[in-house]
Amino acid sequence: MATADYEEMPQISSLADDPGLPERLQKIWETKPGLYGWIATVDHKQIGIKYLVTAFAFLLLGGLEALVMRVQLAQPGERVLSPEQYDELFSMHGITMIFLYALPVLSGFSNFLFPLVLGSRDMAFPRLNAFSYWVYLAAGLFMYASFLVGAVPNDGWFNYAPYSLKTYNPGPNMDFYALGMIFLGISTTVGAANFIVTVMRLRAPGMSINRIPILVWGTTTISVGVLFAVPAVSLAFFLLWCDRQFGTHFYNADSGGQPLLWQHLFWMFAHPWVYIIVLPAMGMVSDALPILCRRPLVGYTVVVLGTVLTMVLGFGVWVHHMFAVGLPLVASSFFSGASFIITIPSAIAVFAWVATIWTGRPVFTTAFHYFAAFIVMFVIGGVSGVMTAAVPADLELTDTYFVVAHIHYVLIGINLFGVLGALYFWFPKMSGRLLDERWGKWGFWITFIGFNVAFLPMHLTGLMGMPRRVYTYPAEAGWGPINLLSTAGAFLLAIGILVVLADVIRSHRTGVFAGPNPWDAPTLEWSIPSPPPPYNFALIPAVASRHPLWEDRLQEGSGRSQLDRGFVLDDGKETLATTVLDAEPDIILKMPEDSPWPFITALVMCALFTGMLLQSVWVSAAAGVLILLCILFWLWPKRRLLQVARPQHG
Amino acid sequence: MADLAEHEEDIVVEPMPVGSAGRKSSGWYGMLALIVTEGSLFVYLLFSFYYSWIWGGDGFLPGERPSLWLSGPDTVILILSSVAAWWGERGVKQGRRGWQLPLGIAIAIVLGIVFLVVQLYEWKDKTFAIDTSPYGSLYFTITGFHMAHVAVGVLVLLALFVWALLGLFDPRRHAPVTIGIIYWHFVDVVWLFIFFTFYITPYLS
Repeated sequence: MATADYEEMPQISSLADDPGLPERLQKIWETKPGLYGWIATVDHKQIGIKYLVTAFAFLLLGGLEALVMRVQLAQPGERVLSPEQYDELFSMHGITMIFLYALPVLSGFSNFLFPLVLGSRDMAFPRLNAFSYWVYLAAGLFMYASFLVGAVPNDGWFNYAPYSLKTYNPGPNMDFYALGMIFLGISTTVGAANFIVTVMRLRAPGMSINRIPILVWGTTTISVGVLFAVPAVSLAFFLLWCDRQFGTHFYNADSGGQPLLWQHLFWMFAHPWVYIIVLPAMGMVSDALPILCRRPLVGYTVVVLGTVLTMVLGFGVWVHHMFAVGLPLVASSFFSGASFIITIPSAIAVFAWVATIWTGRPVFTTAFHYFAAFIVMFVIGGVSGVMTAAVPADLELTDTYFVVAHIHYVLIGINLFGVLGALYFWFPKMSGRLLDERWGKWGFWITFIGFNVAFLPMHLTGLMGMPRRVYTYPAEAGWGPINLLSTAGAFLLAIGILVVLADVIRSHRTGVFAGPNPWDAPTLEWSIPSPPPPYNFALIPAVASRHPLWEDRLQEGSGRSQLDRGFVLDDGKETLATTVLDAEPDIILKMPEDSPWPFITALVMCALFTGMLLQSVWVSAAAGVLILLCILFWLWPKRRLLQVARPQHG
Repeated sequence: MADLAEHEEDIVVEPMPVGSAGRKSSGWYGMLALIVTEGSLFVYLLFSFYYSWIWGGDGFLPGERPSLWLSGPDTVILILSSVAAWWGERGVKQGRRGWQLPLGIAIAIVLGIVFLVVQLYEWKDKTFAIDTSPYGSLYFTITGFHMAHVAVGVLVLLALFVWALLGLFDPRRHAPVTIGIIYWHFVDVVWLFIFFTFYITPYLS
């Protein structure tokens, strides 16, 4: 027994031999009910759903802000909003949609789905996962607290210096944004690290890297991107805050600083970010669409390579946001070329999807409608993107409504439509009940028509010369009727979203029971009950192909995946880690229990950022010390997690 | 059925490590991810410096070249600190002497603190402040970022020191040591880039 603590002979069994296993695992893994359980849970499924609900709440807030702006723009010379209020609304609309909705909603899906599609019992760092959520929520509320004191960020989400410096923007508006973004960056970063380590280590045995579902590839790729990109924006905002509060000279041209440094740091982050908030949605479509076409995805390997290549190239095109600032021609030409090249890997997925539909037998569910619309709008948004990649065209189009149309086709088209499709597709796994197809199709058509009525005309207003970020325009410009049309479309779009939400609320209680696999899908999450038990898999499955549940039909490979026989791992919370490339069993991991520390640490961090906002050295210092103590308690090596040496005998 | 039988034999495995086992632990991979993102942060910091220098032109650097009197020995001190931590970690891995780990970490902590103190002297010695020029802002911000990382590293080493004295580690169970010390090495390597940027490049230009 000398090595009993260090090594274990893993037990392999089946439910036929061990019928009491699910009950034992349930006791080990379930979260206690009540408020404490809600706060302390580290179950990735609960955290994923929290992420989704919170992200949708921010989507509604950002949408509301957009509607108010559309009312203001419906007619020339309207006075619904003052110019200052308009500035605040378009800034918060961008911040909300891009940072508080677009990535968190994808993180919600990935959090819920990762362990389920990978055949694991939780994420690699369950407590960090909870922490990531609480920090996201706290950072979002922190930025929205600016409404309470009437000092809302008002310089756009891109926040260019020197407008954002204290001389031109003396209130705390920009400090809310700067500190809020640094705060939010913590959540994004630890979340990304969690996804990466989970994929590297927590895949079912046999799930070598050529058998990983595409949605996992998408989220993993962008998570690596997040590790490289987020420090740029956190730093940019930190330097801005120093310029505003401590008289440093990073961006201040008057004293020799470099205003363009802000634009470089910001776009070095923000252009990769554009891919970061679409690639996971593309991954979900790449996995779900083929199931609705009753065939495997066409071109798995090239789609994966395209995903990775898009992210890599995404780091080399940031200057195309800066063509109009007067950079050397060589720089503009280089980045223009790079921006053309990136269309190639991004377009690969489009051809793969079209080929999958073409050669498949599509089932026209609501989810399929969303995915098909997703492809169409990706093409429209992609083509208008190529147009602005050309320097001469960009000089004409930059800062006009043409660009507004482009980003909304890309972000709503490839993020929101993918997300709504994924919602119709995976909601049954989350809740155990199907969403309603009739409501779903009504919701889809209203959303789809509303979106296009709102945004397609913006290409035209842009070409007619209407600039972005103006709170109103003169009647002589002749933009009135088109803007009225856009406003009508925006309201239609909002109604569509409300129909979807109504369906979710309704079906959550009264929907048809889905059963484990309503779409007859091939991947691991559909081999377990809906909703999944807290431990996900009673037996850790062994995977022999990309489509474990379709093997008898596809005759892929030689072996067969084993879903009803596998690792038992029932000595406390345990799951299996496998090797990075080949996914061979490597080590048995002890998983942490529910813990209040992630919540407490996030709360104290909120105090730290509030202290920094109020410029209170004492509050900040006290919170800083408390954070260190929280981390110390959190990470104190625990015997139960087998993090400490076996006690000496005698 | 032949395939099935073969496959079943495949997943019958040998005894496996369990729990938090050195570089097989999730924490090790998590620390590597942290190092990647922190490394990027310093790349962006140094990018900001070189960018401001290139566009700031001749007047960007302060008149006198920085002295190597304090910073040179300080760099050696930080490297020695890494060596001490490495030596301590080797002690627990080989498991021969119980005191080698706490001793190595203690030396690393002391040298780390000496580095910080010397850095503070260096700060006091400067003729410019954080708000006098872009160079001053960048110098104090970048070295300040690094000093904050050294301070956190010292706290990590302190925790490891206490845990080592409590006897929590042995040759098979010391993942926190491996994870904490790789962070310390990272912080030290970052300094070499900062040292080169602020203390060597002015002599090259």
